[in-house]
Amino acid sequence: MSEKNFLEVKDLTIHYETDGGVVEAVNGVSFSLAQGETLGLVGETGAGKTTIALGIMNLVPNPPGKIKAGEIVFEGEDLLKKKPKEMRRIRGDKISMIFQDPMTALNPVKTVADQISEVIRLHQKLSRADALRKACEMLELVGISAERINDYPHQFSGGMKQRVVIAIALACNPSLLIADEPTTALDVTIQAQVIEMMGRLKEELKTSMILITHDLGVVAEMCDKVAIMYAGEVVEYGALEDIYEGEHHHPYTVGLFGAIPDLDKDTDRLTPIDGLMPDPMALPQGCNFCPRCPHRRPECETLPPKPHEVSPGHTIRCHLFGKEEA
Amino acid sequence: MGSLLEVKHLKKYFKTASGMLHAVDDVTFSIPEGETLGVVGESGCGKSTLGRVVLGLLDSTGGEIFFEGENITNVSQEQFHALRRKMQIIFQDPYSSLNPRMSVGDIIGEPLQIFGLCPEKEAREERVKELMRVVGLDQRFINSYPHELDGGRRQRIGIARALSLDPKFIVCDEPVSALDVSIQAQILNLMQDLQEEHGLTYMFITHNLSVVKHISDNIMVMYLGQMVELCSAKELFSNNLHPYTKALLSAIPRPSIRQQQQRILLKGELSSPIDPKPGCRFAVRCNYATPACFEQDPQLREYCPGHFVACHNVEAANQ
Repeated sequence: MSEKNFLEVKDLTIHYETDGGVVEAVNGVSFSLAQGETLGLVGETGAGKTTIALGIMNLVPNPPGKIKAGEIVFEGEDLLKKKPKEMRRIRGDKISMIFQDPMTALNPVKTVADQISEVIRLHQKLSRADALRKACEMLELVGISAERINDYPHQFSGGMKQRVVIAIALACNPSLLIADEPTTALDVTIQAQVIEMMGRLKEELKTSMILITHDLGVVAEMCDKVAIMYAGEVVEYGALEDIYEGEHHHPYTVGLFGAIPDLDKDTDRLTPIDGLMPDPMALPQGCNFCPRCPHRRPECETLPPKPHEVSPGHTIRCHLFGKEEA
Repeated sequence: MGSLLEVKHLKKYFKTASGMLHAVDDVTFSIPEGETLGVVGESGCGKSTLGRVVLGLLDSTGGEIFFEGENITNVSQEQFHALRRKMQIIFQDPYSSLNPRMSVGDIIGEPLQIFGLCPEKEAREERVKELMRVVGLDQRFINSYPHELDGGRRQRIGIARALSLDPKFIVCDEPVSALDVSIQAQILNLMQDLQEEHGLTYMFITHNLSVVKHISDNIMVMYLGQMVELCSAKELFSNNLHPYTKALLSAIPRPSIRQQQQRILLKGELSSPIDPKPGCRFAVRCNYATPACFEQDPQLREYCPGHFVACHNVEAANQ
């Protein structure tokens, strides 16, 4: 068991087999995460970000979802080989998840006290009273006064509900936290509060995190590593500096950055990426990004590119970079 | 240059079980023809309500609205019907704002039918096809239904429908919030092109500050129904005065690792808009609040030419 990479995802492939055809949601995705690190999974709707998260949690709805291939090695053990009962013991304890929408992630007919202590009592042998005490501590930790422990979710605002969800996720002190768009549903000033808090808790509790988002600004603030996803594949992967300041980039990454209006520069027109995301039921034969790519070449249409390492730890899945090396 | 739209002391209150909800409270602004006013604020600040009151989709509680110099405040339904040819809206959610049982062609052609323009079927279809071309929708979709299309294309339908009557003024209520960034940029460019070609005037409502900076001439910042600052887009980002504007701008995560600026973290959350206490609504979260802020409503004043701000302590906040 390597100390360095306590989570390693290798060649993960997840398909949804529906009556209408096979949706290739995730195709050969690999990445690794060291203790205390944060990885940002960035991409647009349908890129397969959430499916990866569900894959790690072993929660891909089956049917129609199927994990076709790959390994998810967490603390030296392959999660995909675990029995459902073993997985249940890990979920919520060592690995936990923050869902995107705090409005629907909480049970509306249970008090916050019940919902936080539920996860504590499931994983730790604590009495009801002790679990409640721990729940109060968690609530204070995320910045909500413990007096409100007996309130119901509807009595909280959106930002506070998200804090409650975070409190539940952190209750058992997980070593891996998967946060699926944790701030997307929040207003910017509230988002700033939640980001600040998550950053602080991550430091205190030494939690590793996978942050799923489409907001490149949030990534710049919170992540150590970034994986840019497009149509089920990681097209560019590297340290934060490689992605934001490195010399070489995947054309999609360039497009993604170019499409955001820059607050510090005046531009008359944005440079959007032409066209649309390909249909995941009928992916192009070659490179998935090829139909929208401004630099496409003949080989892009027929041959799927492999990840090329442009500098140590920085890989780009594009034919443009394969040539230089050869 | 005259203003196309002028709004004076506009108020909209809703009666709720627990009291009067002040959704829009004393808002004054004007939009010159061919320009874009961006309206920003967080959820619940009254920006969408403002858009709806301006279009007469909701009656106002107080104040006046002038369109092309005419007072259109709470005019009769028939009069508003006629005005709708000149004033249109693009809705936030391209999923719920299109009738799922109507084809794309019918959705875009419906306003033409209602106003009896292009009575012949062929002429109407021609016009619909032209509109689809203008907004960049492929003509093969004319008989498709909304559920067959993705968000970006659906939003193009919404834009084509708004354009079908050749309006002068369009309220854009978060038109790109539901879209992915690469598609968002396509729609923003389209809206800018249309503005130039057709001389459109926009009121652009959004919570996304980088989008609003990109598209607006002037920007109005709202907080809990009140306007806190109004000035040109450039001025707002270089020389903002109100403490709330400062906090709001500093809260945006920047997509860059170099310039992570000092963030002003606000305490607490929005207070309730129901029967608000007198005084500045932002005072409880403000770092510069003085006793006066809790007693008197700050008046909107012109701090420097074209730059309006409503704050008792502008000087203290800008030292």
